[in-house]
Amino acid sequence: MGDAQMEEGDNTREIEVAPALIAVDPAQRSVAVAVGSDLRVYDLIGDCPVSLVDDSAKPFHSDSIRAIRYDASGKLFVSAGDDKLVKIWSTDSWFCISSVCCEKRVSAVAVSNDGLFVCFADKFGVVWVVSLKGDAENQALADKKAAPMLAHYCSIITSLEFSPDGRFIVSADRDYKIRVTVVPKNPLDGAHEIQTFCLGHSEYVSCLDFIHSPDYPHGLLISGSGDSTVRLWDVTLGSLLDTCEIGSKFDRRFTFFLKAELSATDGIEEDPCHAVTDLCTCPNGTSVALAVQSLKGIMLLNCNLSAKTLSMAKVVLVEGETLIPTSLGTSLSEGLLWMVTGISKLQGFDHSSLARVRAVSFPEDDGRDAEPVLLRDDEIPGGQKLLERLQGSVSIGNDVFLAASEALKTSMRSLLIKKQYSDEKREFRKRTRNDRKLKH
Amino acid sequence: MIEKETTSTFNKSTGLPRKRFYRARAHSNPLSDSHFPVPLSPSQFDYSLHYPQLVPAASDDDNPKRIQFADIGCGFGGLLVALSTLFPDKLMIGMEIRDKVSEYVKERISALRTTNPGQYQNISVVRTNSMKYIPNYFEKGQLTKMFFLFPDPHFKEKNHRRRVISPHLLDEYAYTLAVGGIIYTITDVEELGEWMKGCLENHPMFEALMEEELENDLVVKLLTSATEEGQKVARNGGQTFQAVYRRIAPPL
Repeated sequence: MGDAQMEEGDNTREIEVAPALIAVDPAQRSVAVAVGSDLRVYDLIGDCPVSLVDDSAKPFHSDSIRAIRYDASGKLFVSAGDDKLVKIWSTDSWFCISSVCCEKRVSAVAVSNDGLFVCFADKFGVVWVVSLKGDAENQALADKKAAPMLAHYCSIITSLEFSPDGRFIVSADRDYKIRVTVVPKNPLDGAHEIQTFCLGHSEYVSCLDFIHSPDYPHGLLISGSGDSTVRLWDVTLGSLLDTCEIGSKFDRRFTFFLKAELSATDGIEEDPCHAVTDLCTCPNGTSVALAVQSLKGIMLLNCNLSAKTLSMAKVVLVEGETLIPTSLGTSLSEGLLWMVTGISKLQGFDHSSLARVRAVSFPEDDGRDAEPVLLRDDEIPGGQKLLERLQGSVSIGNDVFLAASEALKTSMRSLLIKKQYSDEKREFRKRTRNDRKLKH
Repeated sequence: MIEKETTSTFNKSTGLPRKRFYRARAHSNPLSDSHFPVPLSPSQFDYSLHYPQLVPAASDDDNPKRIQFADIGCGFGGLLVALSTLFPDKLMIGMEIRDKVSEYVKERISALRTTNPGQYQNISVVRTNSMKYIPNYFEKGQLTKMFFLFPDPHFKEKNHRRRVISPHLLDEYAYTLAVGGIIYTITDVEELGEWMKGCLENHPMFEALMEEELENDLVVKLLTSATEEGQKVARNGGQTFQAVYRRIAPPL
């Protein structure tokens, strides 16, 4: 094999693109979408676009936003990403309360259930914590300093989640691991006590969420992964309760959808792996919605909390357009599941950061088999005005999203999947090592 | 011809593998992506492969023997071999990231097992990156002793995160150790010795052993006498710096 051939793939670095993200206020008072460095918020109560106010030294984000979320009360909003800034916003005035500088790029954020601590994780596996105590009164723009709380050893942390009872903070990484850590009285002193590890995924873990109900207040953890499985865990014991294989041969009904969608999108090779890219628990409290790489729509799983099982329920396809969701969001009160697709920095197209937003409604569960309904653009709360704000434009060509989903797939793959080299290639890659040089 | 070559890597009188055929670079980058197999979880670690006599494959024992001692960065395995006869009823494992060195330890153990039937059945070695994969090998509170002997000092500040003892990694070691379990560290580099002691001293789940306890602990003497690195330091008349700490329950 020639040198040039060996080099191939090493130097052709893909431009890093970031997926569009969506977050919904817990009471659906507002919806936020992040595309690239752009943060867009729509106020559903006032039915108007929100203009953000940021007086800090480094106003607004200057690079791709990688994580956004509301706190449980909906009073706070946090955004963070590749510009190594964590911005904490008050949702009353959409004023940036605090801008925290980080040494590394930020990959995930979480807010403690009491709204007193903001945690964020960086690309080197360290989870940092900032205290918000006292900020509510003075509203001063404080230069907060973050303290290291825990760390995965040099692995990108993909998701951070507090347990519903607030006892644990759960972190997932690229090395197939989910770590459950006891939240100490003062998180600023570090969280040293590991409750357990949830091990079983055979690829990067991409997303986490808790599903809970009044009968099961501690809830169960659900994780999605690049190994095309979704798993259900007990976080106190770290035990794997159930595994749901996406597109397994046992669910022909659903693989049909995946295969059909797939051949339509890339047509080059049949990809046997359907990486789960995002998941969120649905307003009805028993379903879990999944975004799956190359599925034009969402997949719904049923979670039975008392039997501790996960099962495939249905696929909601988005007809008539290419919409492979990059992120999902829901409000627990209003029965709507929101999805977004889009990426930042798309090469070869005029619009650099476009997004497409859709919503699925879950009707009241009086009739047992109430079907989820994909809302038309004019049925979405906020209608055209909301779409204009969150998408950047009302109508967007299909080809853009097709290109976007391909670019994103490549980018996420190079970010999260471990490279496999043949023995020959591995030896070749050592050629510039100092001890090898001396031999010649 | 071929036979002659393969036998010559073993010492004729002792039957042990000869180190000169297993030379390796002294350093390995713990941050790089690993390409060796790692068990997905502790339950998938195949004990029968490592301890065929003590944990047979088809044992339907509800409470099978589990590894209790781990030598992290076991090098050429001197400590394991010494501990094996001292604690014949405990299973122990050496973890080493350098391929050739772990290969040497494997051959050494298998040679010892052959020449001393019935002995050295309780020690084994894996090639792994223990800084990344400790939880893949051991359950919570499974270990009673962990050894970090003469680890790579990583002098540069920018490389301190490669040190095997660090505040955040101690959280994982505390998870793996049972309450009362002991962590042994030793080095000939004063700066690293202070670093390791500092990390352990500041961690809420570790406390130092008393002077008296150290004197009564048979294992403490082995830290310098049994390991290849320790013997080298002694030969050169060097100093060593040790820190031995006990895992305690976290303060409420």
